Amino acid sequence: MTVLATGVFSQSAFTALVAGALLAGVPLMFASLGELVSERAGVLNIGLEGMMLMGAYAGFVGAYYGGNEWAGFGAGMGAGAAVSLIMVLFCVVGALDQIVVGIAITLACEGATALIFDSEFAESRPSLGSVGRVSIPGLSSIPVVGGKDESNGSIFSQPLVVYLGLVLIVVVAWVLRRTHLGLNIRAAGDKPTALDAAGVSVVRTRAIGTIFAGTMAGFGGAYLSIVSAGLFQDTVVGGRGFIAIVLAMLARGRPLWSFAGAMLFGASLSIADWAQVANINVSTDFVFMLPFLLVLLVLVVFGRRAYLPSALALPYVRGAR
Amino acid sequence: MTQTTADLSEAVAPTAAQPQPRQIGFAADFVLRSVLPLLLAVGAGAIVLAAIGVDPFRYYADIYSGGIELSAWQDSVMRMAPLLLMAVGLIVVFRAGIWNLGMDGQFLFAGALVSGLAPQLEHHVPNALNLIVMFLLAGAVGAAWTIVPAVLKARYELNEIITTLMMTFIGINLAQILVKGPFQDPATTTPQTRSLDFRALLPSIPGTRIHVGVLVAFFAALVVWFLMSRTSFGLRLQVLGASTRAAKHMGLDVPRLIIGSFLVSGLFVGFAAAAEILGIWGYQRADYNPAFGLWVVPLVFLARLHPIGVIPYVFLLAVTSIGGDYAAQNANLTPRFTLLLVGLTLLFMALTEWLARARELSGSYLPAAAARRRQRRREAAR
Repeated sequence: MTVLATGVFSQSAFTALVAGALLAGVPLMFASLGELVSERAGVLNIGLEGMMLMGAYAGFVGAYYGGNEWAGFGAGMGAGAAVSLIMVLFCVVGALDQIVVGIAITLACEGATALIFDSEFAESRPSLGSVGRVSIPGLSSIPVVGGKDESNGSIFSQPLVVYLGLVLIVVVAWVLRRTHLGLNIRAAGDKPTALDAAGVSVVRTRAIGTIFAGTMAGFGGAYLSIVSAGLFQDTVVGGRGFIAIVLAMLARGRPLWSFAGAMLFGASLSIADWAQVANINVSTDFVFMLPFLLVLLVLVVFGRRAYLPSALALPYVRGAR
Repeated sequence: MTQTTADLSEAVAPTAAQPQPRQIGFAADFVLRSVLPLLLAVGAGAIVLAAIGVDPFRYYADIYSGGIELSAWQDSVMRMAPLLLMAVGLIVVFRAGIWNLGMDGQFLFAGALVSGLAPQLEHHVPNALNLIVMFLLAGAVGAAWTIVPAVLKARYELNEIITTLMMTFIGINLAQILVKGPFQDPATTTPQTRSLDFRALLPSIPGTRIHVGVLVAFFAALVVWFLMSRTSFGLRLQVLGASTRAAKHMGLDVPRLIIGSFLVSGLFVGFAAAAEILGIWGYQRADYNPAFGLWVVPLVFLARLHPIGVIPYVFLLAVTSIGGDYAAQNANLTPRFTLLLVGLTLLFMALTEWLARARELSGSYLPAAAARRRQRRREAAR
């Protein structure tokens, strides 16, 4: 019993939990932040999973050939943004069904990344593990703010991008709440006719939101392949894009809530490791299921209407009723 | 002066300003919307294949020989069973204008229960009874898995996309817990259920290897066709799909319709799981997830939500999926090329819809949208 207690409440176990939550939650945080902005602009981006996959692949390639992780992050963001252009073209400019195009993007990206990766790295695949490790030299120990020097053992020893991500959350929250652009984005989702009447292009505003979502999804994907996994697999994203969509919707349009949600999911992903430290036998599947169960329970019991922009997933056609 | 008369004539006859949608015949419409996207996707897929150094002609020939030739067509027909059942399940909710994106969770959870319970029930009851009970159980479980999203949408107008996605994650994890826990086969360390005895699987159609689950799927397509086109339930669903406000205005019980369509959809997804597990596998592994849920989306649209019309597309997809595995093996590639084809089909579908709209052609993939446009045209003509 004392062993268990010291295991659970020991400082190192707690640190491992929080550090693990950050590690697993950061990609979700990026992706759901992007999705949140595009949802506020009225574009429900179901293609997030595909954009993350493209970002993961491009990030891997960028880090592999570019020699450092920043080339990888850049490539990942670029790839995510490029994929989101399809969404912009079809759904924002062309006013087609966002869900259909989103599913198409996810499916096509799943096929395309697996195929391209297979054709390009099929021979070198056996040595890929070492390739991945080469591409992240010393990344995990750059900024040490107070914690220990171990690469994974401290809350305050995180890759630099994690800090950038945290700053970004605050910036996005500020932009959405306090700036003209943020007002336009919210108007594009809530009442695009009003935005149009005010003389602001709905198409351009929604395009900004969508491309931001793609960029962030690509960033999250690149983080997964470069930092989390250190390699690319066709299962590297594994449904996290869809989780990010759910998180963004549950956040009811507020970036800080999407951060909290991402951390909750990250924690549940890392609880399994924590339980191992604490000597508790708990199924990882159960732990992973827990947050969804909790959220659904809250929805069923309290039956509150989740806030969603009223023009979400509705294409804007000027003059149409 | 001439300017003002022109303005006046426009004001008198506003239709002159609006271009009239050009009527296109059934054949042209079919080729444009139901065949062209497929051809474009196959063409684009060929370009991708050529770009990565694979001979596309040989690849497509391999898909044909691996999915059709010798007795491979029987595998393809068997693959049709789960796909067709899920497609008709999707049609039911789409007709009501509802998305069910939780099909994979419904499929896997129902499948886990079937593959866990069937081998245990096997020794206690006659085989036929076992199979029937399992089919009904799977259907019930699939339907039950839609209740939460259905009620939340019906009562609180909560977006069903988010709730079905959440339920799919819970379903997948629950299936894994069941397979690794109570249903784990004690004879092996691989996380999988006991396997059903070979003789206890669904019987084959005499003279073939094809299990009777395929017949169930065809029958389900017929039933849904009847339901949609010959019953008041189908008509109500279509009204709801065309416009929720119209449905309310007509005095339809919208919450009940939403829940009903969700339940029917989940029922067919459950049947799909039973057909696949009892017809092909006889057991379920913890990491089993064929992810058919998203595959069937383009088929349903290409067939314009028609439960019989979707059958040829389901066959095409089944051949592509079975033959694609063989072709990928031959070309030393990942079988995920099939996903690319499906995604491209969907994208080109969207593209043709866009171009047709831009050129003011009649029709649409969605019956409701087509009806709305007909309505608008009639108003314009008046």
